[in-house]
Amino acid sequence: MSTSDVTHHTPGEQHDHHDDHDHHGPAPGLMRWVTTTNHKDIGTLYLWFSLLMFFIGGAMALVIRAELFQPGIQIVDPMFFNSMTTLHAIVMIFGVVMPAFVGLANWMIPMMIGAPDMAMPRLNNWSFWIMPFAFTIMLSTLFMDSGGPAGGWTLYPPLVLQMGDSFAFVIFAIHFLGISSVMGAINIVATIFNMRAPGMTFMKMPMFVWTWLITAYLLIATLPVFAGAVTMLLTDRYFGTSFFSAAGGGDPVMFQHIFWFFGHPEVYILILPAFGIVSSIIPTFARKQLFGYDSMVYATASIAFLSFIVWAHHMFTTGMPLAGELFFMFSTMMISVPTGVKVFNWVATMWRGAMTFETPMLFSIGFVIMFTIGGLSGLMLAITPADIQYHDTYFVVAHFHYVLVPGAIYSLMAATYYWLPKWTGNMYDEKLGKMHFWISTIFVNVLFFPMHFVGLAGMPRRIPDYSLQFADWNMIATIGAFGFGFSQLMFVYIIVKCVKGGEKATDEVWEGARGLEWTVASPAPYHTFETAPVINPDTVTR
Amino acid sequence: MTSNVSRWALLSLVLLMLPLGAWADWGALNMPKGVTEISNEVHTLHMRIFYVCVAIGVAVFSVMIVSMFLHRKSRGVKPADFHESTTVEIVWTVVPLVILIAMAIPAARVLIKMEDFSDSELSIKVTGYQWRWRYDYLDSGVSFYSQLKSEHNVARQQGAGVDLEYYFPGESFNGEEDVYLREVDNELIVPVGKKIRFLHTSADVIHSWWVQDLAIKKDAIPGFINENWALIEEPGIYRGKCAELCGRDHGFMPVVVRAVPQEEFDAWVADQKLAMASRVDDSERQWQHEELVSAGEQVYQANCASCHQAEGQGIPGMFPAIAGSEVATGSIDKHLSTVLNGVEGTMMSRFSDVLSDADIAAVITYQRNAFGNGTGDSLQPSQVQSLRTGMTADNGLTLPSKVAAMPELNSNTGVN
Repeated sequence: MSTSDVTHHTPGEQHDHHDDHDHHGPAPGLMRWVTTTNHKDIGTLYLWFSLLMFFIGGAMALVIRAELFQPGIQIVDPMFFNSMTTLHAIVMIFGVVMPAFVGLANWMIPMMIGAPDMAMPRLNNWSFWIMPFAFTIMLSTLFMDSGGPAGGWTLYPPLVLQMGDSFAFVIFAIHFLGISSVMGAINIVATIFNMRAPGMTFMKMPMFVWTWLITAYLLIATLPVFAGAVTMLLTDRYFGTSFFSAAGGGDPVMFQHIFWFFGHPEVYILILPAFGIVSSIIPTFARKQLFGYDSMVYATASIAFLSFIVWAHHMFTTGMPLAGELFFMFSTMMISVPTGVKVFNWVATMWRGAMTFETPMLFSIGFVIMFTIGGLSGLMLAITPADIQYHDTYFVVAHFHYVLVPGAIYSLMAATYYWLPKWTGNMYDEKLGKMHFWISTIFVNVLFFPMHFVGLAGMPRRIPDYSLQFADWNMIATIGAFGFGFSQLMFVYIIVKCVKGGEKATDEVWEGARGLEWTVASPAPYHTFETAPVINPDTVTR
Repeated sequence: MTSNVSRWALLSLVLLMLPLGAWADWGALNMPKGVTEISNEVHTLHMRIFYVCVAIGVAVFSVMIVSMFLHRKSRGVKPADFHESTTVEIVWTVVPLVILIAMAIPAARVLIKMEDFSDSELSIKVTGYQWRWRYDYLDSGVSFYSQLKSEHNVARQQGAGVDLEYYFPGESFNGEEDVYLREVDNELIVPVGKKIRFLHTSADVIHSWWVQDLAIKKDAIPGFINENWALIEEPGIYRGKCAELCGRDHGFMPVVVRAVPQEEFDAWVADQKLAMASRVDDSERQWQHEELVSAGEQVYQANCASCHQAEGQGIPGMFPAIAGSEVATGSIDKHLSTVLNGVEGTMMSRFSDVLSDADIAAVITYQRNAFGNGTGDSLQPSQVQSLRTGMTADNGLTLPSKVAAMPELNSNTGVN
């Protein structure tokens, strides 16, 4: 044992492994989870955490939709309503989608590239354990006198500076979430560069690994920018600086530029790993290799590059010079080219395959179709003169929820069903899984599709009450919201049932599965690839 | 068994969509064409890109659906093994690029037109406040505030229990009759057939002035002035909203533009000038205590009640009570400076620009005597005016410290 794992470990790590060698398993009791440095344990922690946050953020969405069920204000004060829209976004972005992707990266990347663990296991433990504390601080502001943040997740000054002293807690929590994500991203980059098994060349890596590598760079490049922006808010609020106050020589629009320089790459952080997941699942169930792997890699890199030069398309109404508006319109339209390439490649992968439609495949196909709908409305939003009408309406809300809910969230559900048998050793209940997919898909469309209509007809976003002309569609959207929200309890039930037992999964699990993770036992042993696998040029790794 | 599940689900999805078609009314489902040349061009662009998107969607989804029916394992097919083609990749990179260029050219043309502010015949400055608009007609000197009409303000309060459909009837999909949250006390009156230049700025946080029928939406940013323009051909009422989250009452600051023929507009301007002159008189004459209290109640309900509540009880933890508060029962000087300058770092905004001297004197007198405060104080508009003059001499800077340094007002002077 010890002779074989020498070659690919730093001396320190090798020593750690020697300590566990007698047990070959996790430490007993609760301390296992607190002190763990095992990538699978940490991945599990991330995934459970984001599932919990999914229901917290979802409950906030239901408060919003309940208030919007009818015109008039029935349930919450407008100020609390604004807190709900703000925190719903922060929780869903920083507490659900990002940690869930990091959780999947933890579980899958070492197994996909033939590594024994992440490159920096202790850092990994820290990256996770910061998050529950950061979110406790963030959510505790709801119980403070001055209330939760209510200026929107975009934190635009001067509005956000009107907040009471719970503001400082929000900024503190954001700093910690940023630190956690950057540490996670550094770990992923280090793992992919240093821990690949011999013979695992870059162009043999699965798409999920590629998309995460690029995502990690986006995180490292943009989160410090965001940290800088919120720090300037903090000093404007408490130390008398005027970065964003015109009265002191600053510029409120400057915040928006800095914020969106982070914020636009951030939306690709939320979707690139989803592309990777779907690029793994569709070939499996089509029983056919991914079409155009090389072009998929280049398209992902192009999207990442373009994501840095389109930020001001969020700001077409702020009074930019004409040249700026034209530049950001053209660059934004360009993004649809590499994104189109990805969609076409997925369709070409399905074409003349031999498809079966197990739950992960259903969620992946749902992803491709509904993400494309969201992508097309994104193309509409790129047309600046039209965007002036769409901006800050429910049309925008419909657009980004289509790419994030039946987009990012569907990819997470697909990933969960796809790899759950590998994680637990048990098959999930296929019939319930399919029901979960169909019920979710019906309600998610009832929820978000009408938002296109009210947005185009003129309903602004972030309002607790609206004119009677929007009443019918809002009522329908609320019905969809409650249907979608409660049907996610099925998801929890299916996962718990699968963890507890079920039909035993084979090592390969899926007939058409490709890649190293399917060569290890199900459930995956606590330590995998302590001996690096042998990878020849003709070994199937993706 | 499982394919039964999917079949039923698909069927119910289709059934669920059927009634949606029956209700379809394009007036409420789509962007209105609007009433200006620009808004029509924007609408044309919108429809064109929409059809392009529908065409792409239909093409992609058709291929997927055909593939899902033909290429399924249950039909006994064997998977093909092709997995790359440079030619195909080039085709589906170049074709979308060509479509995009075809879209970008007309879009750029419209955008250039929208950004041409030259040769305007009338300039109106639009200033955003939490939560009202101020309009300054730069050519005639007319200026006023515009905010949600008070009956809407009552109806939209939590627990108001107003049957909206009864009080604001005419709910229909044609938009025009539906007025709930879409009426203001003072409408923006503009002439038809003139190129109007709007100048947008803000006195507090960022707002956004949006009138959909004119296809104009521009952020109002404190410290900066943005430009915009519209040329309205048809007389009519065009309703809009604040589009940028601006705090608690963001949803309740509508815009109403009434376009009228030139002669009517000229007559209105003349009326406004007369009315403004009488308001100057209001600040100079001596008011009775009761007169101040009753005027103050109206000002309070229109400007203060949405946060401090109708009975002055406030909302604990969020908005302080007026009833029995230190400010409203203590030094009248402190009270006045709070109303004039707001409280930095809170949602209490400054009212020195929003309210006239008479309004400020009235509302302070009201607050000091209503809600069981009973101080017996009253404040005259002329006193507010003299304090304000002192402020402008100081470059208009209104930091709290500056106010504190201003001459002390004797709280007894005004008592009857």
